[in-house]
Amino acid sequence: MATGEMTGAEIVLKALADQGIEHVFGYPGGAVLPIYDEIFQQEKVKHILVRHEQGATHAAEGYARSTGKCGVVLVTSGPGATNAVTGLTDALMDSIPMVCLTGQVPTHLIGSDAFQECDTVGITRPCTKHNYLVKDVNDLARILHEAFYVATHGRPGPVVVDIPKDVQFATGKYVGPKNIEHKTYRPKVKPDQEAIRRAVELIATAKRPILYTGGGVINSGLTASKLLREFVAMTNIPITSTLMGLGAYPASGKNWLGMLGMHGMYEANMAMHDCDVMICVGARFDDRITGRLNAFSPGSKKIHIDIDPSSINKTVRVDIPVVGDVAHALDDMIRVWKAKSLALDKKALEAWWKEIDGWRARDCLRYRKNADVIMPQYAIERLYALTRGKDVYITTEVGQHQMWAAQFFRFDEPNRWMTSGGLGTMGYGLPAAVGVQQAHPKSLVIDIAGDASVLMTMQEMSTAVQYRLPIKIFIINNQYMGMVRQWQQLLHGNRLSESYTDSLPDFVKLAEAYGCVGIRAEKPAELDGKIKEMMATPHPVLFDCRVAALANCFPMIPSGKAHNEMLMGEDVPDAEVGSAIDAKGKMLV
Amino acid sequence: MNAHLASTGSAYFLETSKPAVETHTLSVIVDNEPGVLARVIGLFSGRGYNIDSLTVSETQHEKHVSRITIVTTGTPAVITQIIHQLDRMVPVHSVADLTVNGNALTRELAMVKVAGSGEKRVEALRLADAFRARVIDAGTQSFVFEITGKPDKVDQFISLMVPLGLVEVARTGVAGIARGAEGMRV
Ligand SMILES: Cc1ncc(C[n+]2csc(CCOP(=O)(O)OP(=O)(O)O)c2C)c(N)n1
Repeated sequence: MATGEMTGAEIVLKALADQGIEHVFGYPGGAVLPIYDEIFQQEKVKHILVRHEQGATHAAEGYARSTGKCGVVLVTSGPGATNAVTGLTDALMDSIPMVCLTGQVPTHLIGSDAFQECDTVGITRPCTKHNYLVKDVNDLARILHEAFYVATHGRPGPVVVDIPKDVQFATGKYVGPKNIEHKTYRPKVKPDQEAIRRAVELIATAKRPILYTGGGVINSGLTASKLLREFVAMTNIPITSTLMGLGAYPASGKNWLGMLGMHGMYEANMAMHDCDVMICVGARFDDRITGRLNAFSPGSKKIHIDIDPSSINKTVRVDIPVVGDVAHALDDMIRVWKAKSLALDKKALEAWWKEIDGWRARDCLRYRKNADVIMPQYAIERLYALTRGKDVYITTEVGQHQMWAAQFFRFDEPNRWMTSGGLGTMGYGLPAAVGVQQAHPKSLVIDIAGDASVLMTMQEMSTAVQYRLPIKIFIINNQYMGMVRQWQQLLHGNRLSESYTDSLPDFVKLAEAYGCVGIRAEKPAELDGKIKEMMATPHPVLFDCRVAALANCFPMIPSGKAHNEMLMGEDVPDAEVGSAIDAKGKMLV
Repeated sequence: MNAHLASTGSAYFLETSKPAVETHTLSVIVDNEPGVLARVIGLFSGRGYNIDSLTVSETQHEKHVSRITIVTTGTPAVITQIIHQLDRMVPVHSVADLTVNGNALTRELAMVKVAGSGEKRVEALRLADAFRARVIDAGTQSFVFEITGKPDKVDQFISLMVPLGLVEVARTGVAGIARGAEGMRV
């Protein structure tokens, strides 16, 4: 070995260490053995052995979302890489910074259908922000540092680096992260000042303004959340957020309208519909947010702040696009607002708030309590109440429980809420909780789960036990794929095709089989005590919360309807669930 | 706003009425790394955009830079999306809409094989002359013409050759460049 040269595997570990990476979630195999050999011989980077590569990707996502750092995944070639695809797609949809290292068969075997060969860069091209196949060990260090740069700059996303086994063994030069500047990728961070000026002036003319914020605020960092709060305090504008943006503005803040969208709050959706100036900050007019596009906030002028120019005018045409980082844009807006000593029309704003208070009075989350069965909403309400004052992180699976969690658990800080928004991946929450707990060993990390979802990645309980990660899996157990059943009731004549899970495991015994703790609650009266027991348990817990089997999640904007056509729980007695949505709406996803 | 969707009643962007589509020629400067063409093509197929023509070649060897020319059809909103989607790809240096930036130059080369004899053969040669197509292969029964020009000129020449014994055509696809002193950012 020439002086200063290292093997490819050594370069990988050195690059990770130089990037400040402390944790890698992975699973070994033939094509990454040289890297695992290096992992064995060093102490800087800790490897967390998952039980399935999908688990590694979601753990890395949870880690990234809860810290603002980049998540790192290491998997082998072939099945290791294909198992990672769901998590990569999830991270792409939700803009989560992640670097995923995949092993590959040796260079000279590529294309020969070698054992455990797959075209990893081909398969992952559409589900990553960028990907690389490293063919020369002398490119390896540069590519790794570039990968971290690309994953974390601009709109964050997953990056795959595919490393053939011979490249891991070969020796070559290492370069540090300092010397890396990307040739072509330089996202625009500082917004155009003319656009800022126009945006601020438009806001100042508003009589019924609303802030519609999203995951971009969280991704932009703590400063962005701070500036958002400052801007709201300064202007007294009502604020709502997407599923991904919860916590950027505190749910306890007086301007908070709650989440918007398909299962959002009545007041938030009504205010979106009737506003005259909409300020979209780091959100992307997803179809779960807009409802019927041609009826989406018909009377408003729209400002859209986004770091990704392709998000602008994609589905909804806006009047003032502001391309740049949220924190920079808010900082500029606050500065210009102050410099011009602007203020909103006080009378008009008061009238607007009055109208909003009227909508709030509908109390859209109201549900019928029951003394004999635990209502799922009640379970989450109690979980929320009993965890006050604790340092809590929440992850979720996908389904009704996810929406109830978003409605009933209230977040006052960013980075506390990890959920699969864009892709809607069942099985996300449990491994994500593993990642969050690894990043915050002392905190209370709870996965609000559904009984169907949680079985998709259940094996990661074994990971939690191995690394002493005391995650709490709070299963809202209705024995149904509740969200599927709800749609079948609303849209398919109550024919509950394959949405009931027969033969669910006994979750308490399952917990014991994994070597963790199982707790079951069946009656409302025992719920508080059992939740406290869960919180006091210093081990991973599977909590089987038996809830009403047929509860539905409201309010809801049925597909094909507008923001002001929400279905409320009280409007839809169980007998009429089947006729609540018209024929046209039934066609839509 | 979005009123053109009024009839669909859809949560999605399901357009029943088709707003007018336009054809645009885009130039894309990319780093000539492996897979970059697959990335561009994948973007078009994955997002349902049209490719009418696509050409690519390395244009600066030392800098590893290639230039891709894409002719695409879509509504103005879709064309704008395409440009943004291309521009945010990591190996893309810059994107230019040649159609918007004034009457850019577009050229295409075609090789056109025609077989026949007698009057038809004479007529083919005469037309080739009028279109400034060159004969690059000649036999007693056939010619291969090389023609360069705007795509519609090439189209026209080919259609004229059909009754005269057209056998086959090979076309390069469109290359485009803007007029004037300015070049694209690399
Ligand atoms: C991997 C995956 N497969 C299928 C779906 C479709 N899907 C969405 S919600 C849902 C049911 C979830 O059931 P459960 O986890 O029990 O939650 P609940 O709705 O009952 O709260 C299904 C099947 C999905 N989102 N993800």
